[in-house]
Amino acid sequence: MEKRQANKSVVIGTIGGDAHMIGAWVLSKAFEKAGFKVAYLGAVVPQKDFVNAAIEIDADAILVSSMYGMGIMDCEGLREKCIEAGLKDIILYAGGTVAAPLELEKNWPEIEKRFEKIGFNRVFKNTCTADEAVETLKADLGIE
Amino acid sequence: MGIYLLVDFGSTYTKIIAVDIEKEIILGRAQSPTTINTDITIGLDNALAALVKNCGIDTDKIQGKYASSSAAGGLKMTAIGLVPELTLEAARRAALGAGAKVVSGYGFEIDEDIIKEIEAEKCDIVLLCGGTDGGDKKVIIHNAKMLADSKIDCPILVAGNRAATNKIKTILEEKNKTVYTAKNVLPSLDVIDIEPAQALIREIFIDHIVKAKGLAKAQASIGRNIVPTPMASLQAAALLADGTEDEPGIGSLVIVEIGGATTNIHSVADITSVTPQTLIKGLPELRVKRTVEGDLGIRYNAQTIYDMVGEDKIEAILQSLLISQAGEKTDIKRYVNKIAENVDYVPSCDIEFNLDISLAKAATEIAVERHAGVLKKEYSIQGETMVQYGKNLLNVENIIGTGGVFKYGLRPERILQSGLFSQDKPWNLKPQKPQAYIDNDYMLYGIGLLANDFPAQALRIAKKYLRPTTL
Repeated sequence: MEKRQANKSVVIGTIGGDAHMIGAWVLSKAFEKAGFKVAYLGAVVPQKDFVNAAIEIDADAILVSSMYGMGIMDCEGLREKCIEAGLKDIILYAGGTVAAPLELEKNWPEIEKRFEKIGFNRVFKNTCTADEAVETLKADLGIE
Repeated sequence: MGIYLLVDFGSTYTKIIAVDIEKEIILGRAQSPTTINTDITIGLDNALAALVKNCGIDTDKIQGKYASSSAAGGLKMTAIGLVPELTLEAARRAALGAGAKVVSGYGFEIDEDIIKEIEAEKCDIVLLCGGTDGGDKKVIIHNAKMLADSKIDCPILVAGNRAATNKIKTILEEKNKTVYTAKNVLPSLDVIDIEPAQALIREIFIDHIVKAKGLAKAQASIGRNIVPTPMASLQAAALLADGTEDEPGIGSLVIVEIGGATTNIHSVADITSVTPQTLIKGLPELRVKRTVEGDLGIRYNAQTIYDMVGEDKIEAILQSLLISQAGEKTDIKRYVNKIAENVDYVPSCDIEFNLDISLAKAATEIAVERHAGVLKKEYSIQGETMVQYGKNLLNVENIIGTGGVFKYGLRPERILQSGLFSQDKPWNLKPQKPQAYIDNDYMLYGIGLLANDFPAQALRIAKKYLRPTTL
């Protein structure tokens, strides 16, 4: 199968029951500045809305932000929905306080493993900057 | 007087119940071995003769007949989807709710090996799903091409991504397959829409399968369309729970139907979470839901139950039932072999009756567990969070037992105890304190058959003849 041409477009939002939207907002600004087309969905976004927005803008990636510690639970099943929606190869990132803080500190490799298991390409700690996220995605897409 | 005959062509017996629809009473019942291999109407006539002999009904006063069938293997389907938890699960539910036995299910791209499996299964309908509307097309088109090139000659029902349906129809029709198309079972990621596919499954059953299974003559003799038996049971469940405009139902319920080869669980209950804080995950559940366990039945599958549960556990169940003979060892293995080889066997002594109850209890425990939802604990910033997968049956108001063992069994209400919530497994969301009923007359299928034309009368008959019991 032919590899999909990256078109510098991403979907960004805060998932599940989480209302902490500032992280996602900062992220969306950084991606816009870097020349990406951004579908910024705001806070408390259901999985389905991430997938639908990704179809609409033909996104390269879905970037999920989560602050309230239940990120893993909220992200479970997103990859499967992407497959049904025809987005089998879309890149999935999660970032923020994606698990309880204590776990985040002590069990980071375990958390990375759990996200990998549910089909996420990468997970970022809450210390990651927006620019780091931009650079990482560019590298993953193989674009400048 | 309006007499109606309610016939069920079972895999072993053709059963008839006669009801007086005006007086709302059951006049009598009879059965005779099913004669599917020669002429299905012979068994029907024999059962009818027995009915006339048993209860002396006047055949001139018979106003109509209704029939269901699970003869010749019932309605066997293969379900194909994309993601197992999404479109494949939706496809399974569509098939189960239409009264089918899902003999196999496949997700993602199917290959030659799977095609060989499907060819060997000789099912009655292949249900092909995959992709939401406007979603993935590649996998379902690939799967359609595989089916097109196969030797499969049963009808193929396509209910996947709308944007791919026409192309798939062409692919299959070019290779002379019989194709039906319905709306997508999963039009968007959080909407499950199985009614249109189910309506077509019923239609295909009437158009093709009744004839293919030698039931056409029966259908002509009945004078009406024959429906799959589990479909009739599900209709009875919905009527009994919800009632009609003038006649209240009995409220939410679970029906445990134990057969020789399978155990069916039907539930009618609103979708609720265990607590308002509980997070619900997975595909939206159905209010009227059926599951069938093809590996749990107390004759053909007695051995499977024995292997799955283990001799020790069955022995423990048996000992708990046999207070007077406690301590005495019974040869459970021998009995299991005997009934698996002689599937018409009816117990002849106390121990055997209790062994049947023990097997039925084991089957019920597993089947209700598989039907009901589960709670799982997850940890978050706020501490413990409860996540619920599947249907919450904790507050279901009624539980009903039906099937042969509830008719002949010794104090069969003991079977239903195994379907209840247990402190040993508190995460299984089984009913806590339901009112229990036994379908002594084995009439529930008949109630379902009457549900369309005589709902209020059928409901009152059901309420009159279900035997309340305490667990």
